[in-house]
Amino acid sequence: MSQFAVELRDVVKRFPNPGGGEITAVNHATLQINHGEFFSLLGPSGCGKTTSLRMVAGFEWPTSGEIFIDGKPMGRTPPFLRPVNTVFQSYALFQHMTIFQNVAFGLEMEGVSREETRRRVEAALEMVQLTGMGSRKPRQLSGGQQQRVALARALVKRPAVLLLDEPLGALDLKLRKEMQLELKALQEQVGITFIYVTHDQEEALTMSDRIAVMNKGNVLQIGAPVEIYERPNCRFVADFIGETNFLFGKVKAIDPDFVIVSLHGSERELVGIPLGKFYSGQEVVVSVRPEKMRIFDDTPLKIGVTPNQPNCFPIRIINTMYIGSDTRIVIDFGGGTQLKVWEQNHLSTLDTLAYYAPGQELWVTMRPENVLILPQEE
Amino acid sequence: MSEKKPALWLRIYALLAYAYIYFPILILIIFSFNTQKINVRWEGFTLQWYKVLFNDQNVILATRNTLIIAFTSTIISTVIGTLAALALQRYRFPGYGAAESLLYVPVIIPEVVMGISLLAFFASIGLTLGLGTITLSHIAFNIPFVTLVVRARLHGFDKSIEEAAMDLGANELTTFWRVTLPTIMPGVLSGALLAFTLSLDDYVITYFTAGPGSTTLPLRIFSMVRFAVTPEVNALSTLWVLTVFIVLLIGQIAQRSQSPQQTR
Repeated sequence: MSQFAVELRDVVKRFPNPGGGEITAVNHATLQINHGEFFSLLGPSGCGKTTSLRMVAGFEWPTSGEIFIDGKPMGRTPPFLRPVNTVFQSYALFQHMTIFQNVAFGLEMEGVSREETRRRVEAALEMVQLTGMGSRKPRQLSGGQQQRVALARALVKRPAVLLLDEPLGALDLKLRKEMQLELKALQEQVGITFIYVTHDQEEALTMSDRIAVMNKGNVLQIGAPVEIYERPNCRFVADFIGETNFLFGKVKAIDPDFVIVSLHGSERELVGIPLGKFYSGQEVVVSVRPEKMRIFDDTPLKIGVTPNQPNCFPIRIINTMYIGSDTRIVIDFGGGTQLKVWEQNHLSTLDTLAYYAPGQELWVTMRPENVLILPQEE
Repeated sequence: MSEKKPALWLRIYALLAYAYIYFPILILIIFSFNTQKINVRWEGFTLQWYKVLFNDQNVILATRNTLIIAFTSTIISTVIGTLAALALQRYRFPGYGAAESLLYVPVIIPEVVMGISLLAFFASIGLTLGLGTITLSHIAFNIPFVTLVVRARLHGFDKSIEEAAMDLGANELTTFWRVTLPTIMPGVLSGALLAFTLSLDDYVITYFTAGPGSTTLPLRIFSMVRFAVTPEVNALSTLWVLTVFIVLLIGQIAQRSQSPQQTR
């Protein structure tokens, strides 16, 4: 067994553009996916995640670079000779075959004996909770059930790597959430490497061991869900994963752990942690997540206790929105900047304005660790 | 949809339209059992014209020729037409537009022109006119029809099922036989059926490309009715209508047993 289950080494894929010229779908992507890992490719549509997956499956060949599966260079190996199997977004079930025949197809191609095929197909159907459905046709099954058949059909081959192309995209929200948990449990149970393509950041955060965020053909950041969310390496990742507030300014001072940024359009200064290398005077973007700010009244200040921390500012409440678990507040930060702040509703009350009223003059504070300083792009 | 009944006048109108189409055929069938030799007045029931028909060596020979031509041309044109449809569906290449348009031109070209051109072509390459040249001609005019029908079926064909087959270990050939062909089979059958019926009753092109001893049923009937429509011709036509009807019925049943592909 080699070091990585799948490795993309400087892979480029260009397609001819129907209007002339070329489109770069994947731009010098390098990825290393470990054995038994649940690895997600996350990004908006057209970011190159599906093309990357299709190159691992063998449906497309890289324009340059190399793909290794279990250490072996794949070159132009056709799909039927690769030790990977795919679950398609459209499920791609064979409508003219029964569920049993669908699942057995891959084993038949391997020349597995009739007896063993029957045993393995039944085990696979049981694993996806479709026992006894073998004699039905795909059309007779619900979307969720068809999705399970597609999964069983791929897993019955015991691939080294399972490739999943937005497999839950066609399901409704509730079923999707259920299937997310099931898929994750299944992956842990079978111990197969999963490469999972999705544009749904919540799905990726919930299920993955690691995530590669892609945009416009580039791999921007690779890391565990917590790293991607808490320490994005660029503005796109901070924006695409979860929700955030952006503020703009210039680096005023740097010490090893913190950076002081003077914001444009106001006299205010923010202390935050640098995510990248910075120099004094550099234009930067500041990202602060809405759930990582605190609103408080001026009582501590009045009684003479100065908040012994930076990043305390007077603000005004613009409006509040009650959404059950949270209250979402828009505040006027000054200098024409509005920020989103989310607070948990930890009091049970029928007064939706119990916390704040529009127009109220209050204070906001954010811990420096929650203020992320990112390089300004473009 | 609600199960609303159409208005009375619509129903009468529809009935008239059907009568307009089927009444002449009905007359023809009735008169094939008439004892009178002229198709004017009903005299009495007889099966003698069918007896005459079955003893007519020329008719039997023409039937045999027609069936040979129809079966051969149907099989060959279905294979070629289906492959053409698949190619047009799957690939984009320089000259694609021209390839697509030129394939369908024979559908709208006047049959007389096609007949004459085929005759001239066969003469110029020195082919003896006969069953062979008729069959070649029928293959030629059937290919576009098969392609049209199969392409209609391929519209919305989910090519990820082919990728899935290959992903599961099937090579290109196995994928075609086990997945692609069964999926498009209803379209291929419809195409074949159309080709078969077109070949059965073609007169114009067959007329130009026929030689001695290769008379087909349409040619035979035309020569029989040169002077008068005899009850024997009525009997022959009746049997023919019945044959086409059965072929269509078989086609319908075959189509229905094939599960229609789910469109997504």
